[in-house]
Amino acid sequence: MLAFIIRRVVQSAIVMLVVALVAFALFRYVGDPINSMVGQETSLADREALRTRLGLNDPFVIQFGRFVGNALQGNFGISYRLQQPVMELILQRLPATLELALVSGLAAFILGVSAGVYTALNRRGVIPSAIMAASLIGVSLPTFLIGILLIWLFAVELQWLPSFGRGDTVTLPGGWVTGFLTSSGRQSLILPAITLGLFQMTLIMRLVRAEMLEVLRTDYIKFARARGLPNRTVHFGHALKNTLVPVITITGLQLGAIIAFAIITETVFQWPGVGALFINSVRAVDVPVMAAYLVLIALIFVIINLIVDLLYYAVDPRLRVERSAARH
Amino acid sequence: MTLLAAFRRSGMATALATSALALTFTVSNASAETIRWARVADALTLDPHSQNEGPTLAVLHHMYESLVRRGTDGSLQPRLATEWNIHPDDPTVWVFKLREGVTFHDGSPMTAEDVVFSFERVRHESSGFQALHTAVTGATAVDDHTVHVQMAGPSPLYVQNLTNFFIMDSGWAEKNDVVAPQNFAAGEESHAVRNANGTGPYTLVSRDPEVRTVMAYNNDHWDDAPAVTEIIYTPIAEPATRVAALLSGEVDLVQDVPVQDIQRLEQTDGVKIVAGPENRNIFFAYDVTSEKLASSNVDDNPFAHAEIREAMALALDRDAIKQVVMRGQSQPSAAPLPPFVNGWTEDLNAYSAPDYDRAKELVSEIYPNGFSFDMHCPNDRYLNDEAICQAYVGMLGRIGVEANLVSQTRSLHFPLIENWETDFYMLGWGVPTFDSAYVFDFLLHSREDGFGSYNGSRYANDDVDAKIESLSTMTDLEARNKVIAEIWDQVMEDRPILNIHNQLLAYAVRDGINLEVHPENQPQMSTVTYDN
Amino acid sequence: MSDTRTPGRLFRMWDNDIAYSFRKSPLAIVSGVVALVIVLAAVFAPLIAPTNPYDPSGLNLMDGFTPPMAPNAFTGNSFVLGADNQGRDVLSTILYGARISLFVGFSAVLFAMVLGIVAGLVAGYRGGWVDAVLMRIADVQLSFPSILIALLIFGVARGFIPPSQRETMAIWVLIVAIGLSDWVQFARVVRGATMVEKSKEYVQAARVIGVSPARILLRHVLPNVMGPVLVIGTIGLALAIIAEATLSFLGVGVPPTQPSLGTLIRIGQQYLFSGEWWILLFPALTLLALALAVNLLGDWLRDALNPRLR
Repeated sequence: MLAFIIRRVVQSAIVMLVVALVAFALFRYVGDPINSMVGQETSLADREALRTRLGLNDPFVIQFGRFVGNALQGNFGISYRLQQPVMELILQRLPATLELALVSGLAAFILGVSAGVYTALNRRGVIPSAIMAASLIGVSLPTFLIGILLIWLFAVELQWLPSFGRGDTVTLPGGWVTGFLTSSGRQSLILPAITLGLFQMTLIMRLVRAEMLEVLRTDYIKFARARGLPNRTVHFGHALKNTLVPVITITGLQLGAIIAFAIITETVFQWPGVGALFINSVRAVDVPVMAAYLVLIALIFVIINLIVDLLYYAVDPRLRVERSAARH
Repeated sequence: MTLLAAFRRSGMATALATSALALTFTVSNASAETIRWARVADALTLDPHSQNEGPTLAVLHHMYESLVRRGTDGSLQPRLATEWNIHPDDPTVWVFKLREGVTFHDGSPMTAEDVVFSFERVRHESSGFQALHTAVTGATAVDDHTVHVQMAGPSPLYVQNLTNFFIMDSGWAEKNDVVAPQNFAAGEESHAVRNANGTGPYTLVSRDPEVRTVMAYNNDHWDDAPAVTEIIYTPIAEPATRVAALLSGEVDLVQDVPVQDIQRLEQTDGVKIVAGPENRNIFFAYDVTSEKLASSNVDDNPFAHAEIREAMALALDRDAIKQVVMRGQSQPSAAPLPPFVNGWTEDLNAYSAPDYDRAKELVSEIYPNGFSFDMHCPNDRYLNDEAICQAYVGMLGRIGVEANLVSQTRSLHFPLIENWETDFYMLGWGVPTFDSAYVFDFLLHSREDGFGSYNGSRYANDDVDAKIESLSTMTDLEARNKVIAEIWDQVMEDRPILNIHNQLLAYAVRDGINLEVHPENQPQMSTVTYDN
Repeated sequence: MSDTRTPGRLFRMWDNDIAYSFRKSPLAIVSGVVALVIVLAAVFAPLIAPTNPYDPSGLNLMDGFTPPMAPNAFTGNSFVLGADNQGRDVLSTILYGARISLFVGFSAVLFAMVLGIVAGLVAGYRGGWVDAVLMRIADVQLSFPSILIALLIFGVARGFIPPSQRETMAIWVLIVAIGLSDWVQFARVVRGATMVEKSKEYVQAARVIGVSPARILLRHVLPNVMGPVLVIGTIGLALAIIAEATLSFLGVGVPPTQPSLGTLIRIGQQYLFSGEWWILLFPALTLLALALAVNLLGDWLRDALNPRLR
């Protein structure tokens, strides 16, 4: 057990190091950070001096070593663009993204599971077919277009919901800025959450449907039926319970994806989260923010992955390292 | 810093901001007007001497004040200086009389000492405004309200460089350790980046970069009380979202209106458009000097031929671009010079109608099979920049010239010009000094001794260079204007630049709000008036 | 390699089960027809499009923003689906744009499929550290959504490709970017199936008598996973087309002078509020129809290939 945990942790550390290398190397050579830091009129000599002062002329290995050393202390430097410590910026924006991800993730989970169970139990018929078809329309439209259409319909034409931002926020003790506690904050959440959650909802719905159909044909369900248990108990007490294990696993793993997909949603809705921070930083070649963001996303994923691994191990030692194969 | 500490720190700042916000809301219910102002980008910093950049300056003008300001008609107006003139006995000294009874937001009085300090700070090596003050050798306080600025030589137009020069409190700067402008290399956040202590009509209430900045009226301001008592500034990058926010009533003023939405907004009840010319012209420039182009399929440099440059000019249908791409929001012009600027004439403005047959003939005489090149274009900097380039690619196609459009974000585009890595590019140039010399220094002087940093066409004419250099110390304005005209004549003949137009600015505001368009795109909320 | 069994079996499957299931599913028939029409129209775009939108000499800027079925006020020209902001015929840009979108989509999926199958076979068969390394790479890759990976690859490409060739290379960079972000799914399915097959006795026996691993993999393991691979590939095609559109929206896609459907939507959405709805609506509908049809086909294919669900 201990050996397994150590091996997994070491592997995760290597993964993080690789991500750090990729994050650092790529963005170090995309665009010219100096150009985004100084005005158009700054002379070439001044630019070169600034370049030297920032250490951008040092050898790659030294720059990377410095980057990792600082990153371990939570120090990703100062944003070129916003001139604040990157870590502080990300922590400021993280609540917005996490609240959005949480709401859209939860909504996607609840709606996805309900619709999945419904369509699995009612395989033929107009309504289930319509749900399946409608779910495909959701994944067949690019996210940005869905967002813009929602704004156009609900904010401009109907004027029911706000078109951008988080509305009024309240700061909780500990520094968490929440939009849940004000009505404008809750209203502002609706359109971005739909935009972000639609894809995940479809994914979960199809997964639940497929898993349910599989489980419903197992002997164990047949025995349950043979025992004369009512349909309700069979479906929800047995079939759904068995279905939910892989579904929850996948949903957990999707959390990283939701946070990252928030890039597009946050861009369209001017949602002040880390995704918008990232894309704005890409546009301005704000290297420290981009690097920190990539490392953050990877860290979230690695931690989720690690927890899932350990849980699997705890639940079923037979699975050991082979769990990847069992995940499909 | 540990993660936890950072979390707590950022949280505390926001908590303070939120409580302050709640406070102003209760006040504003009494008799005040709040304006919700949206534009494409946020101020990069609140440090008044760090970034010479449009949105930054527009925000700063509300909290900090300059010695002189640019009116909406382009004229210089008194602000913190009530009088300014060249010293009668010494043409190398500028004398400024300061306004009396002005205080900073923290209550300390504004004196000559603060102005001298600001002159030092703006010339510091980490300042983004050094280039505007290179002629200054020092400033001295003669008395509490008089400042002498010593120049290296006669600089009759130096005062034109001061419209974005903000006065800062020397005591506040020392107390908060911000004597020098924000320095990236120091690795520390500077107090001045997110706090402001100016003399301006508005004080900073809260600031969340890229999300929201709130300002409230400064009751101790020296000028008449404005109608607007609170400003909520919101950057919204997506054009569609920005327009939607106005249409759905979530903001009162949108500064960067996409040209295609102007007509719809004009027809929308409750919203109106105010428009006016911006002090910025948009042009193409070519590498006229290199032996061979990097991106062309021919072995020499087509742009080195005067005939080809003439043909390219004949193919540019400025009126069609104005009509279709710009929806009328441009003033086509032949010279890269906005009409406000000293040196502009009707003749420089006059442009020829397109003549595709003649242009095609000119091209085929030298290149019977035509030629190709890469056209570099920003796609997020100027009004419809990419669409203009695309339209011109089509026009060039009609004369047998194949342009490959490379459009990209501004942070990737501008280095190509600075590093001479482009054969043909689009650039926009504003002229904050309202004088042709600013255009000459950066765009047309050969690249040497700090000149020509945006001369991407590698244009180098010794005669022109000498004349440009002579401008800075000429005191006889009439003679100086003559030299300016000579330079323009030569440049227009050599055609290193193919100008397209000057941009028109449009602000969209809620009905009942009156605001004039500012030629440098720096609207001042204290000038807003309300109907009724 | 003289392997006739695989196509034969697939063909027989097609002949019996699949075709039957296809005939029985009206949704599958409709989406098949829609997909086929769009693909054919895109392939033969040069023959059926009224104009060639890539030929700048045929453009007149003054045609810009001509509404559908109405003559332009200046030029008198008329277009079935209107003209876009550059005076291009919207119908023609859609036909040529679908061509690029489909080319990018198919190539990216093919690239991902080949990469994923090879990685999956090798990882599953060899096991050990090869497997561990490949699957860790897959894990890392999964932590970054395709959009982010594509942005990264664009960054790398920018460093390697000289500026003058970036435009011509853009489409290939897009294919590699989308393909590279999509191989993991294929690899996982193939790896899982390979590990199952590997332990079966006939494979062990073949190994004992000296059949080369490559032959075992291609002949015995691969045919068993073609079904799921095909399903993932079909759904991947729809995702690739949408990914291309999203990248174009973020401004790193194909150049506007040679627009894909995604680029057309990016251009069109600027005119959503100004009343020129046709510039956005028609490309968006085409993309929706295409992605929906492909998704439905993938859906149906999965059910059809999984006999237990019938």
